[in-house]
Amino acid sequence: MPRARTPVVAGWFSGDGNGFRLLGTRCSACTAVFFPREDGHCRNPRCPGGELAEVALSRRGRVWSYTDSRYRPPSPYVTNPELPWRPYALIAVELEAEGLVVLGQAVPGVTVADLAVGMEVEVVPGVLHEDAETTWTTWQWRPTGVKA
Amino acid sequence: MTRDVAVLGVGMHPWGKWGRGFVTYGVAAARAALADAGLGWRDVGSIVGADTVRGGYPGYVAGATFARALGWQGARVTSVYAACASGAQAVDTARAQILSGLADVVLVVGADAAPKGFFRPAGGDRPDDPDWLRFRVLGATNPAYFGLYARRRMAVHGDTLDDFAHVKVKNAALGALNPRARYRKAVTAEEVAASAVVADPLRLLDICATSDGGAALVLAGMEFARRHGAADPVRIRAVSTVSPRYPSTVLDLPDIATDSTAAGPAPAVPFRESIARAAYEEAGVGPGDLSLAEVYDLSTALELQWYEDLGLCAEGEAAKLLREGSTSLGGRIPVNTSGGLASFGEAVPAQALAQVCELTWQLRGDAGDRQVAGARVGIAANQGLFGHGSAVVALR
Repeated sequence: MPRARTPVVAGWFSGDGNGFRLLGTRCSACTAVFFPREDGHCRNPRCPGGELAEVALSRRGRVWSYTDSRYRPPSPYVTNPELPWRPYALIAVELEAEGLVVLGQAVPGVTVADLAVGMEVEVVPGVLHEDAETTWTTWQWRPTGVKA
Repeated sequence: MTRDVAVLGVGMHPWGKWGRGFVTYGVAAARAALADAGLGWRDVGSIVGADTVRGGYPGYVAGATFARALGWQGARVTSVYAACASGAQAVDTARAQILSGLADVVLVVGADAAPKGFFRPAGGDRPDDPDWLRFRVLGATNPAYFGLYARRRMAVHGDTLDDFAHVKVKNAALGALNPRARYRKAVTAEEVAASAVVADPLRLLDICATSDGGAALVLAGMEFARRHGAADPVRIRAVSTVSPRYPSTVLDLPDIATDSTAAGPAPAVPFRESIARAAYEEAGVGPGDLSLAEVYDLSTALELQWYEDLGLCAEGEAAKLLREGSTSLGGRIPVNTSGGLASFGEAVPAQALAQVCELTWQLRGDAGDRQVAGARVGIAANQGLFGHGSAVVALR
């Protein structure tokens, strides 16, 4: 039986392939954007408070900074302790239209040596980990010059 | 009316990995601070504990935990939590009680027994907790955030790995002079460069360890201090506990994203800078008046960031300030004469109190081989997870 594909957090992203997007919310009164999504109240202290509606974030942005995890992160990050640890890169990406920076893992195979501050990247669907029943999906950043 | 409070006593349990519970360290520090003040525990009208969040439920009730260990005597009790800023919030609480007349003498205590390895969030499935989420979704440890900040400085200001290494060299040299530090050995830039990369571009010796330790202060009103025979005590003149202003646009632990500038620009003064500004404003001093500063060097690169946030130099000039020797002992504005987190490792609820201990010893002229000549004004600054600013200005 195939594993069920389940987002690691519900409501933070949707879509496939080129249609994949991070999902935030936008305030109808002040236009502030929130990611992770804010569904309760607008957090802009100068805003009288509007309706918060779901909004897809820009697909592309520029690298604000980057790093990697040379050592296995602790729980609740899920890893298989029987496999050797393989570092992955983390990228903080500035989305111009929304005026915010979003952190994410880089796609597998992209290392810090491939990255530079200011480089253009795009958001793509990725797999965080798999267990017996579930493929846990997430978002990843990929330099726009790199093909899948 | 004076808004100063007197630091009558300071005490620390040495930092290390001692394998005992946090209460042991806190009580040792408290007894040392009381002895330093020439006061007994029963003279204390209020105890404020900076909470540790380890060791299960009893660890959360630090004020009462320490009061019980010292022997119940009925003192007013308060426990505060503000992550790395817990100690400064405890000082702030004690000061407010003294200035409002609720207490004459307040004992402030913070202590921790840190686990080995990366800090991790409390257990259980807690998808509404940003600290849990960053580990679950990204595996983003604290050093990963330090790595992001370091790389950003390299790209924007041209800092080099060698600049970062020289922060460690400076702090290790000072820590070697401090009997309460955990690491008391000089370190070379070559040794930093040869240590393992933890979170690119930072290496093991760029990142502070996690430690056991305890620190305590005995604070009192100026009138009480005079009656007690302390005519010219070290005084705390300002405590800044400001929070960020929306939109906060520097990615901060443990967040996965910043606020958005779609509805308006970022504030002219970013969060960390605003922490120091508030302290300077309240104290009526500026960066030019400082004799020394203790800053929260979770990483070597972050120490450089603090130079700029405290106004010790212009933005982007921190590496130059370091290279000139201005922040070394004997320089224009020595930073982290204690040896900093680089030499102590972080004992979260005790660390901001340890900073005030160092300021106090320096301002009294009791700092031994690491004494800043003629020290008159010092600032201690740090930042706690989730948006807790903290800075303390002390003077003599």
